[in-house]
Amino acid sequence: MANAIEATGLVKRYGEVQALDGLSFSVPEGVVFGLLGPNGAGKSTTVKILTTLSRANEGEARVGGHDVVADAEKVRHLIGVVAQKSGLDPEATGRENARLQGQIYGMVGRELEERIDELLARFGLADAGDRLVRGYSGGMQRRLDIALALVHRPRVLFMDEPTTGLDPEVRASMWQEISRLAREEGLTVLLTTHYMEEADELTSRLVILDRGRIVAEGTPEELKGELRGDAVHVELGKPEANGRVQKALDEVPGIREATVDGRLLHARADNGARAVPAVLQALESNAIEVAAVTVARPSLEDVYLRYAGRTFSEADTEKEDNR
Amino acid sequence: MTAVQHSSYMMIRYMRALARQPAWIFVTLVQPVIWLLLFGALFERTVDIPGFASDSYIEFLAPGVIVMTAFFSAGWSGMGMIQDYDRGILDRFLSSPVKRVALVAGPLMQNALVILVQSVIIVALALILGASFPNGVLGVLALIVISSILGAGFGALSNGLGLVFLKEDSLIATMVFLQLPLTFLSGAFMQEDLQPGWMQTVSDFNPVNWAIEAGRNVAMEDIDWTLVLTRTGLLIAFLIAAGVFATRVFRTYQRSI
Repeated sequence: MANAIEATGLVKRYGEVQALDGLSFSVPEGVVFGLLGPNGAGKSTTVKILTTLSRANEGEARVGGHDVVADAEKVRHLIGVVAQKSGLDPEATGRENARLQGQIYGMVGRELEERIDELLARFGLADAGDRLVRGYSGGMQRRLDIALALVHRPRVLFMDEPTTGLDPEVRASMWQEISRLAREEGLTVLLTTHYMEEADELTSRLVILDRGRIVAEGTPEELKGELRGDAVHVELGKPEANGRVQKALDEVPGIREATVDGRLLHARADNGARAVPAVLQALESNAIEVAAVTVARPSLEDVYLRYAGRTFSEADTEKEDNR
Repeated sequence: MTAVQHSSYMMIRYMRALARQPAWIFVTLVQPVIWLLLFGALFERTVDIPGFASDSYIEFLAPGVIVMTAFFSAGWSGMGMIQDYDRGILDRFLSSPVKRVALVAGPLMQNALVILVQSVIIVALALILGASFPNGVLGVLALIVISSILGAGFGALSNGLGLVFLKEDSLIATMVFLQLPLTFLSGAFMQEDLQPGWMQTVSDFNPVNWAIEAGRNVAMEDIDWTLVLTRTGLLIAFLIAAGVFATRVFRTYQRSI
């Protein structure tokens, strides 16, 4: 099967900041592919390069077989883009927004109006279509963003953090909509997210980005499968030095990959439930106070920790700047 | 062909947004009337100055107010660009196959439409106040076309600057800085040969003055083709330069994202 997207050695610098550091990946046709990473990992930059908005300093990319720089015009006709930031005109109605979008792609008349009706109905905006977008709720705007991206029936859909900032209920219905799109329309979808559960739920294949590099690639199951055993998270009474805690845990059989950031201790165990009493005992005998303990099956969050060497939320707050 | 179509889609979009604002419609229609009445009354006695050629100040002023109105309203054209940038609309367009030129030409066409309506109002009011336009409808049309070329030039400049600044405050400050000085450094309110010598020298390089000289001549006076054609040529050169600037800025903007 042909690849819908191919990126080779993408490098992007903003002044001193290295946003992408030699990124390569390919996306087969017809799948939902995820770019997962914290803020500042380079997800949006990648999407901007692939959607012809921005240019890489080095490397090349092809979408639908066309080079994003040399054949930008062809690429633009093939793709639909749902940007991280909503791109709607608040002073126009939903229908007017969609109509202009269609006109840009050369659609006119009945064909266009019918397509707009179909999309408005499908995204639950049939009644709101003739109202000004200014009055739309956040969820409605997001749905209209997606409808706009689909007006011209693109083959590849880019969605940059489509559910960021939506409340959980709206997010859940958005997930349903996205998986339906991929299933029913045979679209290739490239989705970026910094929600682990979103990547887990929606994507059939993903790469994990950290600081402009790919740190892991595979299906969600493969990635989680590479982690042996359960995650053990311990909240300590007060911040502790890494070395002291690790020394204490050295004595505990079946505990691996223990790391401490501040008050949080993360470790892996073949059998989490059985390891907990031994962990607690070892910490206590070394006079390390424990506030809470949880045991979890491996998640993508753990995968990120394993490959990027830091927790996801830590990386997320470390770099608020969201390129 | 596609470029023209895309430009008109963009023009319709801007026009529709404005037409939905009653306050904007009101101010846009009333503003030129106020300029004409206000300056007309303020400088009424100007005609008594020895050497002033016209004996009706309104008749002298009307072409100046038409040019000034075009210049002023075009200056704000870049505000729409900044809003589109802020709202993410610009990025949505730039990853679509929309013709880049339409993103600048659309708002300029919308502007030209507004200038046309405002000019007609000024002409009508001037006629009511007793002014005459000796060169008739064609002269007035030529005046409006010349004003629109000036407006398009400053509109393109404003769009380009908007995309450079990406901040409304900076564009407002720049336009306010330019608008009144460039208007007063022209023959809008005062016959040029009655101005201080240095002002006359400066106005030779002022696009606003080019439009006023050519526009007033073609609508009101015995037509001096050399004057009209050189000034119009300069205005077209200014428009092309501003258009090139705005297009360049687009490229620079895309490199920055």
